[in-house]
Amino acid sequence: MATFEYAPAPESRAVVDIAPSYGLFIDGEFTEAADGKVFKTVSPSTEEVLSEIAQAGEADVDRAVKAARKAFEKWSALPGSERAKYLFRIARIIQERSRELAVLETLDNGKPIKETRDADLPLVAAHFFYYAGWADKLDHAGFGANPQPLGVAGQVIPWNFPLLMLAWKIAPALATGNTVVLKPAETTPLSALFFADICRQAGLPKGVVNILPGYGDSGAALVAHPDVNKVAFTGSTAVGKAIARQVAGTTKKVTLELGGKGANIVFDDAPIDQAVEGIVTGIFFNQGQVCCAGSRLLVQESIQDELLDSLKRRLSTLRLGDPLDKNTDIGAINSAEQLSRITTLVEQGEAEGAERWSPSCELPSSGYWFAPTLFTNVTQAHTIARDEIFGPVLSVLTFRTPEEAVAKANNSQYGLSAGIWTEKGSRILAVASKLRAGVIWSNTFNKFDPTSPFGGYKESGFGREGGRHGLEAYLDV
Amino acid sequence: MPGVYSCYARRYARLVTMPTNAPTAHALGDVTASDSTLRRFLHGLPGVDAVGLEARAASLGTRSIKTTAKAYAIDLAISMVDLTTLEGADTPGKVRALGAKAVRPDPTDRTSPSTAAVCVYPDMVATAKEAVAGSSVKVASVATAFPAGRAALDVKLADVRDAVAAGADEIDMVIDRGAFLAGKYMKVYDEIVAVKEASGAARLKVIFETGELSTYDNIRRASWLGMLAGADFIKTSTGKVAVNATPANTLLMLEAVRDFREQTGIQVGVKPAGGIRTSKDAVKFLVIVNETAGEDWLDNHWFRFGASSLLNDLLMQRQKLATGRYSGPDYVTVD
Repeated sequence: MATFEYAPAPESRAVVDIAPSYGLFIDGEFTEAADGKVFKTVSPSTEEVLSEIAQAGEADVDRAVKAARKAFEKWSALPGSERAKYLFRIARIIQERSRELAVLETLDNGKPIKETRDADLPLVAAHFFYYAGWADKLDHAGFGANPQPLGVAGQVIPWNFPLLMLAWKIAPALATGNTVVLKPAETTPLSALFFADICRQAGLPKGVVNILPGYGDSGAALVAHPDVNKVAFTGSTAVGKAIARQVAGTTKKVTLELGGKGANIVFDDAPIDQAVEGIVTGIFFNQGQVCCAGSRLLVQESIQDELLDSLKRRLSTLRLGDPLDKNTDIGAINSAEQLSRITTLVEQGEAEGAERWSPSCELPSSGYWFAPTLFTNVTQAHTIARDEIFGPVLSVLTFRTPEEAVAKANNSQYGLSAGIWTEKGSRILAVASKLRAGVIWSNTFNKFDPTSPFGGYKESGFGREGGRHGLEAYLDV
Repeated sequence: MPGVYSCYARRYARLVTMPTNAPTAHALGDVTASDSTLRRFLHGLPGVDAVGLEARAASLGTRSIKTTAKAYAIDLAISMVDLTTLEGADTPGKVRALGAKAVRPDPTDRTSPSTAAVCVYPDMVATAKEAVAGSSVKVASVATAFPAGRAALDVKLADVRDAVAAGADEIDMVIDRGAFLAGKYMKVYDEIVAVKEASGAARLKVIFETGELSTYDNIRRASWLGMLAGADFIKTSTGKVAVNATPANTLLMLEAVRDFREQTGIQVGVKPAGGIRTSKDAVKFLVIVNETAGEDWLDNHWFRFGASSLLNDLLMQRQKLATGRYSGPDYVTVD
């Protein structure tokens, strides 16, 4: 009998209309950069150029911050219930346009349509709905009566969840009465520019949201601008440190959400089949380009063989390919630069003696691709156990006792996420209380919800986004 | 990179070495030595996280099966149907009509595969055998005081022997859920062994009535208990209770047969029954089979659907694929 081969099931590109070029979004209008600079954004799965984007320079940053400052006066004076109306409207438009935005995000980022459709977009809408609900209840949020906004927020976001990170930044900022200048990543500017259009569609007052695509220097100019009151950054630890140095000694309030090297701890009494799913979700969701990825698997030595057999069998069923195909599990790496970083670290892992395994896998000839990979025989001393790879690469380490598991999990310069797999409730509580990580999942991984605060310990950053806690970063408290 | 997958990995590669000698359950032989060893073994199986299991089943349900894959899946699903009538009102005429439908599901299209079997009560087996004579369609009979199973073992075995004597190719038994829930695993085990013996050459399907076992941990334990006792198939439900086959409980049972084969070399079939009514549902179950147990189970010797109304929906979808338009319920036979 023939095998069950899934026929191609591509999502239609026709639902999204990408213009050949986009400007900066300043004071409610799309405009060219003052110095006329542009850059191209490509589809990582094919290297096709999608559009040409205006690149913000210092003069543009100044113009955008001035527009945001001007808009702040009226926006912050609106009753919370009025600001909420705009946010609810934006959330509904996002839901209505979710298919278009999902296809757009998949094209620009390279992640599978399954993820943009079922994870990114529902979470984006949920985030706006959630903070819309807070806008008229700030008096009751635990920050005293009538808490005040900070002013102009300068926000710099990464390329791994372009629209979702925008939502995490913009929704709480607007709910609390701040105005925003946001710089999307240079490899994924499109969904932020579509969001600018949504702001216009929602009738949001001019200047409340400004979008400035560009590279690191545009972000640095924004962070350095003297009239920015609040800096919110999600991205690499190196850039986060530079920002911390830059704003030191100013009155700017800062939140940083940086790298991670999450430990996913599997005890011998874990629900094995579900743990395998959780490991896969932990490190292969979004090709592992997730700051809270479970990139270190800590497995109790007594079940290592059994678990790895199951895990390898499961990896052999992953479908890598066209991100727009509805059956694709693993899409493209976001950029040539990121692919080269992953490749370098993986080569280093091999050179340091760890054992590399991937399911036999043919990669497409164009675009940026990396096969799902796992390393065994990894110790705490290996670079691949310490450095954030930000790719579909799992390092497997073992432990003997719960104490050892905790010690190894915490032995990292990062502290963003961790997972615990056991059927024993008391063990979940005991281990979770000893782990130094901002988010700890038990018997699941990479589950997000706007009501839950998210953030890191140590070099994973500081400040919390999401939930009631997420309001604090945008209030003068 | 239009359309075609550049890669998907060495699928379902068997990473665990299979025993090379003749397959026997001996690898696990001593776990059934006593009530306590059996209990210890069943309670030592890894737990099931309900949220995670259901999430995995739901995620496989989002696979998009189109065009050639859909045509393949629909024909495969038709060939896996155990076309069932289990009513107090069953008559020889009803059973003959069912048999004819099983042999040639779509009278207007001879390329449609036959179903795997018809499934009837023991007293209808002889009639069913006549109705499917000369075809590949098997006759399955429920037995062991179906559906409640509340009868003495002698009565259950007599029920089985009656069905086998009338020519049943397959026996669908129910386990004693009362004994299982009371923790008397050995009693359940012994009963399955006795029924297996009474079934002779007929293949034995063991129904757990998963809706009454209630927890996923119980379903996993029952699956292993049934396989250890010699089940040829493990089956979710009778179709007579509120909760029957679900994607999650079927996924769990597929994990059990996969793991059992890895440990013993013995392959056991799976039959979800009850509540699967649409082609869309059936295709989702086949995706779960494909990505859990693997392609070795994509054959009606190893996977069945216990269903009745499902068949007509599969036939309508099949006609739609062939002609490009929906025909409607008057273009499939009502039996």
